Amino acid sequence: MTPAISVTGLTRRYRDHTALDDVSLAIGSGTITGLLGRNGAGKTTLLRILAGHEFPSSGSVRVLGGPPAENEEVLRRLAFVREDQIYPEIKVGQALRAASWFYPNWDGTLASLLLEDFGVRTDKAVKKLSRGQRSALGITIGLAARAEVTLFDEPYAGLDAVARQLFYDRLLADFAQFPRTVLFSTHLIDEAAALFESVIVIDKGRVVLDAAADALRGVATRISGPCLAVDALAQGREVWERRKLGSQASVVVVGPLSADERERARSAGVDLTPLSLQQIMVQAAAGAIAPTPETSVMTERTRA
Amino acid sequence: MPEMAGLDEGAPLFVQVADRLAGEIADGGLAEGERAPSTNELAAFYRINPATAAKGINMLADDGLLEKRRGIGMFVAAGARQRLLARRRAEFTQRYIAPLLTEAVRLGIDSEELFALIKKTGDEREGVSR
Repeated sequence: MTPAISVTGLTRRYRDHTALDDVSLAIGSGTITGLLGRNGAGKTTLLRILAGHEFPSSGSVRVLGGPPAENEEVLRRLAFVREDQIYPEIKVGQALRAASWFYPNWDGTLASLLLEDFGVRTDKAVKKLSRGQRSALGITIGLAARAEVTLFDEPYAGLDAVARQLFYDRLLADFAQFPRTVLFSTHLIDEAAALFESVIVIDKGRVVLDAAADALRGVATRISGPCLAVDALAQGREVWERRKLGSQASVVVVGPLSADERERARSAGVDLTPLSLQQIMVQAAAGAIAPTPETSVMTERTRA
Repeated sequence: MPEMAGLDEGAPLFVQVADRLAGEIADGGLAEGERAPSTNELAAFYRINPATAAKGINMLADDGLLEKRRGIGMFVAAGARQRLLARRRAEFTQRYIAPLLTEAVRLGIDSEELFALIKKTGDEREGVSR
């Protein structure tokens, strides 16, 4: 399968710092990929370059087969929804009409439906919308554009949990009907985790993890309980984190646990909790994980 | 993932989806010959990526529990329920008896007391349902 997005050796330098440092990645078409990382890690810069809003300092960027910057043929097939989008002095309905002219696959019925769901009136001036309503408008345009590549950059400032759930549901429903390539940066990792087929974590401008979401679930487990039993289970395994309080210990170990080990844990009164995607992201950003966990799951850091 | 319809973080999501479907077949909620939920129905219900849902369905299909009918979807295969029940029976000791004994030993409950407890709980339950 040809990737919808492929980036090779991408570097973006600003005067005093390097926002992206030799980034290479490929995103398969028809997938939903989560783009995760700390504030300032380079997520927005990457998305802006993919959306053609910025030029790379060096390296190659291909979106739908061509470089996106100043490339109308690519840009009409690409939607970019970002946090705190700024709109000119227009009404909601006018913003939708403008989008309908630009995007060849625009679905006006879906747009009206979404706005109704989010409770945004079309005769209202965009400037008068609340922050959440403005986010809802951005999401509406992003989904109704049905663009082959859709980039969401923290698209939900000011949206409450109910509205975000609505967004996830609508995204999944429309994606199922009209598959497309979605790249989605978010801080609300555990909330959005189940949407992702793959996950890319960047930190300090570098890709620190690029993996299938399924491969990450169960990749690491927190073992907590009596010190001796915890140490016995962690024996010979890669350890990401180790904490101790009196006779109790809590250790994060890498790799799947066998049925036998689980039974041993149970009989020793040891709790096993698989790490959530959010916790895995934290470990990745801390440098614990090698970029491609399929090959060697983790880098050498500490060994029990 | 608090908003997801009851899947947790442990096993890969597609395995959990497969387990849920298998559970429904075993309990008879999804009868043999009946159409199984589609990938998109499962994705919407569990709020997961459709590719993940498809993997779960394919796992059951590879196992012969679901069968594909071209153009219409997946259906519960004949004999699927019996096979699942037999498998569950085989796992019963490992999944329920072993942890029960482990905890009993920890609490100093001997087998005689354990039998009595099981019987008493069973009797009480019957009393309630009657």
